[in-house]
Amino acid sequence: METILFSLLNGVIYGLLLFMLSSGLTLIFSMMGILNFAHASFYMLGAYFAFSFTQVTSFWFALIFAPILVGLLGALVERWGLRSVHQHGHVAELLFTFGLAYLIDEVVKIVWGKNAVDYRVPESLDFPLFELFGAQYPAYRMFILVVAVGMLVALWYLLKRTRIGLIIQAALTHPHMVGHLGHNVPRIFMAVFGAGCALAGLAGVIGGNYLVTDPAMAAFMGPIVFVVVVIGGLGSLEGAFIASLLLGLLQTFAISIDANFSDFLGWAGVTATSELGSISISSLAPMLPFLLLVLILIVKPTGLMGDREV
Amino acid sequence: MNLFTKAALAALVGVAPLSVHAEETLKIAFIDPLSGPFGPSGDAALRHWQYAADEVNKGDGINGQKVEIVAYDNKINPKESLVQLQKALDQGIRYIAQGNGSSVASALIDAIEKHNKRNPGEEVLFLNYAAVDPAFTNERCSFWHFRFDSDADMKMNAVTDWLVGQPDIKKVYIIGQDYSFGKAVAHAATTMIAAKRPDIEIVGNELHPLGKVKDFTPYVQKMISAEADAVITGNWGADMVLLVKAATSSGHKVPYLTYYAGSLGAATIMGEGAVGQVKQISEMNTNLETPDEQDMLIDGFETKNSDISYYYHRIFTAMGMFDAAATAAGSVEPIKVAMALEGMEYDTAYGPVTMRADNHQILQPLYMSTFSADVKRDVEDLGLGWASGDGDRIEADKTSMPTSCEMKRP
Repeated sequence: METILFSLLNGVIYGLLLFMLSSGLTLIFSMMGILNFAHASFYMLGAYFAFSFTQVTSFWFALIFAPILVGLLGALVERWGLRSVHQHGHVAELLFTFGLAYLIDEVVKIVWGKNAVDYRVPESLDFPLFELFGAQYPAYRMFILVVAVGMLVALWYLLKRTRIGLIIQAALTHPHMVGHLGHNVPRIFMAVFGAGCALAGLAGVIGGNYLVTDPAMAAFMGPIVFVVVVIGGLGSLEGAFIASLLLGLLQTFAISIDANFSDFLGWAGVTATSELGSISISSLAPMLPFLLLVLILIVKPTGLMGDREV
Repeated sequence: MNLFTKAALAALVGVAPLSVHAEETLKIAFIDPLSGPFGPSGDAALRHWQYAADEVNKGDGINGQKVEIVAYDNKINPKESLVQLQKALDQGIRYIAQGNGSSVASALIDAIEKHNKRNPGEEVLFLNYAAVDPAFTNERCSFWHFRFDSDADMKMNAVTDWLVGQPDIKKVYIIGQDYSFGKAVAHAATTMIAAKRPDIEIVGNELHPLGKVKDFTPYVQKMISAEADAVITGNWGADMVLLVKAATSSGHKVPYLTYYAGSLGAATIMGEGAVGQVKQISEMNTNLETPDEQDMLIDGFETKNSDISYYYHRIFTAMGMFDAAATAAGSVEPIKVAMALEGMEYDTAYGPVTMRADNHQILQPLYMSTFSADVKRDVEDLGLGWASGDGDRIEADKTSMPTSCEMKRP
């Protein structure tokens, strides 16, 4: 019972963190039709900016300004980089973001060093919130939950209930018509790219001290975020949301299951001492997202909620 | 370009490195992670090696030659390590130091064995200061490998001896990194606990991917639901730091019996809450009574490297024994040094140590240290540090284990 409850909590939190990252990626994809390979790098930048801000000011300052800074940087990249590459087609854009990811990686190593930085949970949130079945639950995790849900609601409201959201949605599917109506479509693209990067930056700010802030964090998160977007369906926010929670829960539950293959395949003569039988479910946790990715691509190539083929 | 110029160029390129061979310093290639999740561990070890070299160089060096540590970043990847080893060999370096990761040590032992077989007269010697997979001094032992740290079995022997005196501990959880070392620790723990404390139930025996887990909370919650009275782990580097981070934030207050809780950064995260709970089995702690010289050495080291604590005493032992062996052999030729190291007895600040001749494993006193608030010398500026009582010392000869090594000497 306690295992289920804790895994549920941890899984949801990890899932929401994934969603914060993948929502920006999927928005950018649905708008420009490109997969931003550098997306996880903006997540990393968010964490490092937040770390630097906390050195001189407070965590709360970082929480607001680090994502804004990342968003501005993203907008600049779109305006001066992607837009000029755009005319050369999608391959050029892909390669551009690919190169950008490497560039950011190296810059981070030069500026902040090759090892992890000591980016900590703020003291005002560093206490156990409640105790359940003998295990304490840190307040900071709940804070992540609150921030993530807040972001989710704000994003939903912005896209579905405001005029800006209406124009963005229209620009997704009918850019030319929106342009003819007098809206500046390139500026909308820039704003969306910036906002997507800012979301990634926000994920970095609250994920950097929850996990680890080091130069490998982009490479670590990158593949999983892509998996989320593909499973959810390219360009679908709802799909990304479902896929994020699914992956978050799947990974945490896999770790907490205390069983190995022999428990499931005992009927087939697989014993606990054999090579296959001794593999535990928890050791498979890091592999599960990719297994799911392959399965989804076989069964439903458009992803859970998407309408275009990958 | 005609054939002649091509040949001339080739000759030039071929000859150029030869001039580098006319060096005066004795180079030791340090091949360890200097970036990535285990970067801090490698970096701290590197600074211990450099300080040990500085100390030797204050005198007349090793056999009259000044020592120089040349660092190579292997990213804790065995394949990358072989590339770095080749770089070191190309520079004519004859001594290799490595410690972080038995997976790396395993690859290096094989590569060095091969190199030495193929290049008689240019042998290289492997000074292993921390890779403790027992296989290296048993079935896979090599004449060219010397281990200056007690292996996983020897340390587990001490840990399980401590368990014998703790009747309250009935359930033990074992967690480790998923590679040869983590498996060796788990194997040693299960077999030794079964032999010494058959009443103890092992409620969990888990391996997690090396350096990949960023949040250990699900693992810690598993330990809590399993009602473990104690946790045994061989984790080191980031895996140790993040494990105690999760344990602290989940309020998991049971003894953690560790090999490497002294890993850089772990103490800061453990804080007051871990006092009396976290234990470490190692060759020393900085709060033992030692001769003034040793106190001065530690002070000097911590003044020069103010952001890390004196931790790898075994590196100084390795350097000291290397020096003594070269002096005894009257040469820095690896084969002669190796012969002199075999069976060598050496005095350290924490007692005499011996390098076994039959399998090249050091026998050194071990200490079961506890994280404590009552310390003279703290770590990471916390006012907390590692201390041990009178009964926590295991004499060097008591750590000796039978070996299956059949040493092939050249």
